[in-house]
This record gives sequence, C-alpha cells and structure tokens, in this order.
Amino acid sequence: MPKILAVDDSASMRQMVTFTLKGAGFEVEEAADGQQALNKAKQGSFDLVLSDVNMPVMDGIQLVRELRTLADYKFTPILMLTTESAGDKKMEGKQAGATGWIVKPFNPDQLLNTIKKVLG
Amino acid sequence: MSIDLSQFHQVFFEESFEGLDSMEGGLLDLNPDDFDVETINTIFRAAHSIKGGAGTFGFQVVADFTHVVETLLDEIRAGSRALEASHVDLLLRSVDCLREIMQALQDGDEPEMSLANDLQGQFEAVLAGEASSESSSSDASVLSPDVQPEQAAEESSDDVDGAEESKGYWAIYFKPDADVLRTGNEPVRMFRELEALGEFRSQAVVCDVPEFNQLEPEACYLAWNITVAGGTREEVDEVFEWVIDESELSIRWVDGVPSEADLGESEPVSADTTAQETVEDVSEVVEEPVEAITEAPESVDAQTQTSQPQPEETKPSEPKASKKAASKSSPETTSIRVGIDKIDSLINMVGELVITQSMLGQLGANFDMNKLVRLQEGLAQLEHNTRELQESVMRIRMLPISFTFSRFPRLVRDLSKLMDKKIDLVLLGENTELDKTVMEKIGDPMVHLVRNSLDHGIEKPEERIAAGKPETGTITLNAFHQGGNIVIQIIDDGKGLNKERILSKAIERGLVSEHDRLSDDQINELIFHAGFSTAEQISDISGRGVGMDVVRRNIQELNGTVEVESTEGVGSTFTIRLPLTLAILDGQLVRVGEEVFILPLVSIIESLQVDMSMINNVGGQNEVLRLRDEYVPIVKLHELLHVEPDNYELENGLLVVVEADSSKVGLFVDDLLAQQQVVIKSLEQNYQKVDGISGATILGDGKVALIVDISGVLKIANQNKVRTLPGDHQAA
Repeated sequence: MPKILAVDDSASMRQMVTFTLKGAGFEVEEAADGQQALNKAKQGSFDLVLSDVNMPVMDGIQLVRELRTLADYKFTPILMLTTESAGDKKMEGKQAGATGWIVKPFNPDQLLNTIKKVLG
Repeated sequence: MSIDLSQFHQVFFEESFEGLDSMEGGLLDLNPDDFDVETINTIFRAAHSIKGGAGTFGFQVVADFTHVVETLLDEIRAGSRALEASHVDLLLRSVDCLREIMQALQDGDEPEMSLANDLQGQFEAVLAGEASSESSSSDASVLSPDVQPEQAAEESSDDVDGAEESKGYWAIYFKPDADVLRTGNEPVRMFRELEALGEFRSQAVVCDVPEFNQLEPEACYLAWNITVAGGTREEVDEVFEWVIDESELSIRWVDGVPSEADLGESEPVSADTTAQETVEDVSEVVEEPVEAITEAPESVDAQTQTSQPQPEETKPSEPKASKKAASKSSPETTSIRVGIDKIDSLINMVGELVITQSMLGQLGANFDMNKLVRLQEGLAQLEHNTRELQESVMRIRMLPISFTFSRFPRLVRDLSKLMDKKIDLVLLGENTELDKTVMEKIGDPMVHLVRNSLDHGIEKPEERIAAGKPETGTITLNAFHQGGNIVIQIIDDGKGLNKERILSKAIERGLVSEHDRLSDDQINELIFHAGFSTAEQISDISGRGVGMDVVRRNIQELNGTVEVESTEGVGSTFTIRLPLTLAILDGQLVRVGEEVFILPLVSIIESLQVDMSMINNVGGQNEVLRLRDEYVPIVKLHELLHVEPDNYELENGLLVVVEADSSKVGLFVDDLLAQQQVVIKSLEQNYQKVDGISGATILGDGKVALIVDISGVLKIANQNKVRTLPGDHQAA
C-alpha cells in the first residue's frame, strides 16, 4: 500500500488527515514541521508527501525545495495543503517543485479523491 | 466514506487555545517601532492554523472571524502595512474574543457574536484604510475564496450543459512544460483521469524531441492531441488544474464524432487563438466561485450536523439552563500533554516493578525460612518501586507554572495602562512544576494578589519619582520548590502596607482592641481577616467585592498558606505555599486512644513530651505551652473529636506543635506512630464535611484514618477561647 508523509503543525489537522488516509488503507507517517518531515523522508521512502505551507522551523515551500534535491524524491508527488487564496503561495509552491495543492478547508472525501487521483 | 469530524474537535480546541496563548504572548512582545518579523510570523501562523482548522472542522464563525485577523497580520508580515499600536490592541481584543467564542463552542453553547461582529467591523475598517495592495482579499464577506470543486462545477457548467448527451467531444492540445515531471506531475495520470470522463484517444506530438545526444532524460519534450468524448468543461479543467500555468493548453468543444483528423492536424494552427480563449475561460471560472462562497457556510454547517448526530439529538429538548449546567459539569475529557521522557520513565518503572514481582513470586513458590532475608530485600525493593512509580505517575500531572504565569503580562499591561502606572513584570522560575489541579485553582487568587499589588502597591510615576524611586515599578512573580511545597511569591516595589491605617481600620471594625500590642507581622496579617475588606476599598481593579480573606480561604482549600511581608516605602511580598499535589499527603500518624489520625507533616513544627513547668493556665480553663518565647495554646484532640483517650493528663501524653496561618497550636495526643504518604480521600464525597477534618485515608491494615485539618482545628480552638468547650461538634 502506498506510504504517505503527512506534514502539518496543527495536531488536529494531522490527526484528521492520518485517520482519513489510514481508513482508506494507506500507510501514514506524521511530521509537525518541515525539518521533521525532511528527516523522516530521508529515513523512509514515501510515495506521496502532503504538506501544510505555514509551519514553524521550516515551512512547506522550503520543504518542497529540499525534497526535490534528494534523488529519491525527484519525481515524488508533493501536495501542498494551503489556505492561501491569493494564489501566490500556490505559485511559490509550484516553483519550488510541488505537484499540486489541496485547498483548506477540505473534507476527508475531497482529500481522498485528490490523493487517489495522484496515486492512480 | 464519511468520517465523523467531531472526534477531532477536542484536539482542535486544545491546540487553538494554545495558539491563542502564543498569539497573546507574541502580541505583548510586539513593539510597533521595533519588532522582530519572526514574532509576527509566529502570531500569523497561530491565527492561520486556527482558521484552517476551524474551516475544516466546521466552525465557520471562527474561520470567518479569524480570516480578518489573519489578513491584517499577513499585510503586516508582508510589509504592506505598518504596524501601529492600535493594531496590537485590536488584535489582543480579538484574541480574547476568539477565546470566548471557542470556549462556548467547546461547551456546546451558542457563541455570543456581537463583540466579534463589532471587532470584525473594526478590522474591516482598518483593512479598508489606506495602503493595502490586497484590498480585494480584505473583503471580509468573502471568506477564503477558495475554489470548492463541486460548487464551482455546478456554477460554471452552464456553457457545456449536457455535454455528455449531445454528440460532441473535447479536442485538447496539451504541451506540458519541459519540467513537468520534476514537479511530480505525470501526464499519464492526467490521461487516466480524462479516460474516466469518456472515450479517450491521444496522439503524441514528437516534433520537439531533440537529437539523442541533446536529450535530457528528465525533461518532457512531448505534446499531445487528445479527444475525450464526455465530461464537463470543469472536469476537464480540473485535470489540468495543477499544470495549467506552465503548459500550452487548448480545450475546445467540437460537435460531432472525433476523427483521426482531430488528433493529427489541430495543433499548430489553432494553438495560439485557442490558447487565448482558454485563458479567458479560466479567468471566468476562477471568478465565479466567489459567488458560490456565500453558500459555503450553510453547506459546512449541514455537514457538521449530519456528522455529529448524537449531541444534536439531545440538546433541543432540554431546557436551556439545564443544558448549560450539564455541559459545564459534563466530563469534557480534558487531556494533558505529557513529555515523552515522563512516559519513558514510567514504563521503565513498571518494568522494574514487574521484575520485583516475579522475583517475589518465585520466592513465594517454595519458601522456607532460609529465604527470609531475601524476602525482606524483595519487599524493600517493592516499596522502593512503588514509591518511584507513584512519584512518576504524579509527575505526569505536573505542568510548569508558566501556564499560570502566562496570563499576567497581559493583565499587567492592560491594568497599568488603565491606571497610568508604569510597571515592569518580571517572571522567575517559570519552569517550576505544579500539579495541574492546583495550577487551575491558584490562578484566581494570584490574579487577585497581582491586581492588589498593581492597585495598592505600585505608586503612580510622579509619586515614585518624588520618593526617589525609579519611575517604573516592578512586580515580580517568583516560583520555586521548597521541601514538599511550591512557593509562589508576588513581590512589588511599591509603597508597602500602611500599618497605621490597617491598625486603625481594624480597631474601627472591632477586629482588635486599642490595647492589643501587635507585632508588625500581626498587623499585616489583619488584611487577611474576614471583615477587613470594606466598601471603601473597592476599586475597579482590586476591589470587586472580594477581600484578601477570600484569597486566603481559596489558598487554604488547596492546603496552602499565604503570608505577607511588607516594609513601608519599599514594597510588599506575598508568599503562597502550596503542596505539590492535592492527591497525596506526607502524613504523621498519631494515636488517640483506639483511633489513628493523620497530621500533615508540613504543618508539624516539633513534638515534645510535656514538662508541666512549661504549662501555664490562662483564665482557668485554657492551658498554654510556653515554648521558648511563645505561648502556644493546647488543644486536646480527644476533646475536639470526641474519642476516648488513654491519657487525660498532659504529662502522660505527647504534644505535637503544629502551625497554620502563622499561628501555632499544640495538639495533645497519646502517641506518635509512623510517618507515611497517604492518599487523600474526600470526606465530602463519601460522607459529609466535618469541621477540623480535611479528609480520610485507608491505612495498610484496611482501617480508615481521618486527616486532621490544622487550620480548621485552629479555628475551633479560637472559638473555644470564647466558648470554652467545643459544644456540639459531632465527630464523624
């Protein structure tokens, strides 16, 4: 089963995402900021990274940049969880190498649909 | 798949309250003239997380309100708006407001929104004011104008209504950016999605593929001509949503049946014109959802209602008052965050306990007297393990006192502004740990004491300068461990207590007589006396009709004490001493006749055998012990608690000198037994309140022993001074 790394500094958001994804049969690991996520990504191999944008220590945009420099994550789908409406963060994320985005607030079904789409 | 989101609400509330605390802390640190961008970032992140969570978990009112807060913060963060002092005030007030809204939501009540609406108006006024490049996003009615896929699809599908019914197809030319693969976007995935919409055919355009030696393996050089017989325009757009900006893309609707010609020719000729059409189309699509958003709150509400049917069912039928009471007292599972190191040490401890247990088990399986020493060792080990385990478990409930301290910077800031005083607040020992229950209950008395220092202690700047002090006063909150207690001090460098006024007021109230000779400490003590706090003392700040006597009573309920030291002109120090935990008490077991009582070890000063030459009789009935320079009244526990003692004569028993509320009393008992930790069981819950008794515990032999409430005993002893005998106090 595909393995997903869920990154968000909000514990409730992480719980919700994890619960939803595990319920759909995915393997999930959590990280609370970009740096943690990067460390986990280096240790394990993930089929998809789902990351919040605004986080302490290392934000989601920087995380994407860092991940794309790693050979293992060159082509891995990375989705941003963003509430930015103006679009600038989406663009910033894309330029950093993010695959796409899921707009907050989202419900579990929307999350699953998008993820299934990406993971085929 | 439908998931009940309410299961995440508790965590959401907790982290939101934490977020609000950190927003408040950050805001208090903000100096408009000179601030750290990271502070703004922290505040922004907290607001942002609350908004995101609130939207997701269905608290639309919170999301709406936080949106304007976040917008202002974002502008400040981005540098498009200069931070003003008024912004900080507004933000602080909105933090308070949000806290109340969230509390109401957590309690299951309808939040009171009038203040929020008022504040929201103020935010909008600020945001509408000069100098924002992002005025569009400050339109507060437009909450997070994000595209909600379904709604957007409904709204904009008119132009292609019935696409599937009518004979026709989408002719698509798609040339992704060469870097598309490096963003994890895979054209094959998109094609698979298109395939799901209807009959799908594609033809790769390979004319841009370079010579082999110039080919970069990670780049995408291909373009495609595609036909899809089905799907709405929205659905097709959504497939390309993430790559549309970097790609050459044209999508057009063709009536009829797709032919090979569509795949072959359409591209280069029509690409330019259709690409422009596409851009226009897309911009339309992006704008439309803004209208759709006005419906969003309803749909979110509907969702939460269906997702949490249980609470909804019971609520409407109940009368409002009872519902409120129920929700307050209902065991809303409060949780506590525990450091992983504490859990680890606990697990370690349990491991040791298991080893000891299995050792004893083996020993017991074939025991003979030769193994007695090992048995004793094993039991000693068990005792050691149990105590350590108990301490570790207790430590789980311990939180740093910074949780309580953190509310004071705000309080001091607001009040000193209100009173035109300049005050620095210094916090010391913030990491000192304290039981969560004690922590919750000590907050209010501390607030009262700090208000008191602000109001009565610290002088106005001009008075301070006249007195040769620095213009800015200092209030220090200090916490540290001492013995088995936590000590919290509230220290101010204000004018100190005015002893003459206290004394004259106390005489006026009949608390003391003019002839009493009182030490300075005793005079200061009077402020804690019930009946001292008077109407003329009440001010907005510290009055509130609550006197120092209430502060003292609240602290005593926690088995704690409060004392004041003060020097006129120099300042006052209030010292609160509290037990680290309410659940366990270090006790001294004493025997009176057949009964065993427990005295809190912390209150015991000394125990002694009575030398009758040290006993004086006062007024015929009351005996006092002359202990060095003090006279200590003697209370016979058997009289107080109506039990049959072994000894009625003082010289045959023991006196235990205990202290509470700065006064001492000698308790007459038959014998001193062991010292041990006892688990406190409430008498109120299991029986009823008994004067002079604070609780009960179960001893090793299964007997119940009562825990003596030292301050209660003192109170009774004082009454007895007047009434001579305990009258009809009925012991349990």
